Amino acid sequence: MSSPLLGYIDRDGPLHTLSGVSKLVLSLGVVLGAMIGFDVRYLAAVSAGSILLWAVSRVRLRDLAVVLWLIAIFMVLNNIGIFLFAPGYGTDLFGTRHLLLEGPWRWDVTAEQLFYQLAVTLKYVAVLPAVLLFVATTRPPEFASSLARVGVPYRIAYAVSLALRYIPDVQREFRTISQAQQARGMDTSRAVRLPTRLRNLTSVLMPLLLGTFDRIESVSAAMELRGFGRAKGRTWSVQTPVRAADVFVIVVSIALVATPIALLVVNGGRFWNPFL
Amino acid sequence: MNRTYSPVTQVVAIGVGAALFFVLGRFAAIPTPIPNTSLNIQYAILAVFAVLYGPLVGALAGFIGHLLIDVTGYGIWISWELASGVFGLVVGVLLLKHAITDGEFGKATGLRVNLAILLANAVAWLLIAPLGDVLIHSEPASKVWAQGTLAFIANSVTACVLGTIILSVYARTRTRTGSLSHDQ
Repeated sequence: MSSPLLGYIDRDGPLHTLSGVSKLVLSLGVVLGAMIGFDVRYLAAVSAGSILLWAVSRVRLRDLAVVLWLIAIFMVLNNIGIFLFAPGYGTDLFGTRHLLLEGPWRWDVTAEQLFYQLAVTLKYVAVLPAVLLFVATTRPPEFASSLARVGVPYRIAYAVSLALRYIPDVQREFRTISQAQQARGMDTSRAVRLPTRLRNLTSVLMPLLLGTFDRIESVSAAMELRGFGRAKGRTWSVQTPVRAADVFVIVVSIALVATPIALLVVNGGRFWNPFL
Repeated sequence: MNRTYSPVTQVVAIGVGAALFFVLGRFAAIPTPIPNTSLNIQYAILAVFAVLYGPLVGALAGFIGHLLIDVTGYGIWISWELASGVFGLVVGVLLLKHAITDGEFGKATGLRVNLAILLANAVAWLLIAPLGDVLIHSEPASKVWAQGTLAFIANSVTACVLGTIILSVYARTRTRTGSLSHDQ
């Protein structure tokens, strides 16, 4: 658990040279666009774009293998869950029923259901590469300045960068305390019964929490002494300028959000219905 | 008594709280007898932060922490991240005034904390998360309500049990007001 699953990957790719602001706007655009739009054509286009972006980014699949596997498992489980709970949902949405495969009880496979679940799956493919690429190609200090530049109040942007800064520290402390308590015979694994596990866990959590409260106090005292939060704005140590390529990316992002809104009107709803 | 924290402390508490939420949610899940379900102890911690540092800290630490967990694992799922934020917010709002930081944690406070956690869990997992799934992700209602109910039960039990233990132990580490008496 010491190695990060996902983090900045130092490499000389075209996405690395882009400004953090434009990459953040692009991720937000993709997330928002895929949130609004359920048109399969739009989702397929965004997915293709996302995969293309990954191909040119020089980030390798191997770099993020663990995360990609986790996402794939979650995606499959979600699809199975949808089918188990609502095998007729596609028919409800599209109003027609093309039976493909007779199943036991209500679990018939229909073309509508498969089409709906294709849209759900395409959402993952559309959104995830863009978001993962943003995280993998942006230095953590630039997160905060990018957030502040897209209009997030700088105190909240700074809280995000504090969170990223303290994750390794908290992780190390948690491990140290947990191992110290295990050495004293307090097991939190499957080997002991659930109530014992909970009680032993509290003996790990308490020192961790009390240490955290102390840390909050000393860090905030240090920041207060340096005058944090007195002025309306602040400067950031890492900030890349917005260039022509960045403007292009921002325009694309706006288009990504505008398209599904336009499609809402064109399709007369969130779904594009090929069955009518 | 109502303790107000400086905005700087709140910023730090949001950041460190989100980091704690992330680490516990990502690496410290306890396996349960039910397959594929683990106890989410991070919600107990989030409740403690909301009680001690206020609703704003609870809401933002939950939202940012959950966002970080999802970005590094399951992908952005905005309705559930919002629900985490709402959980912190509701617990914080319901427990704006309390004397836990003055070392008081009696039966009445314990009951209030538990009721607040239950209510916040209900709002988050039975209302916000499934409703968001249906409205934003257009997921089938029966599936998301089943998931929401499961999350509600699991998170309520862990957050109530652990939250109460942690807060009562924390109260014992604080010096009570008026605990000193003048020696004649």
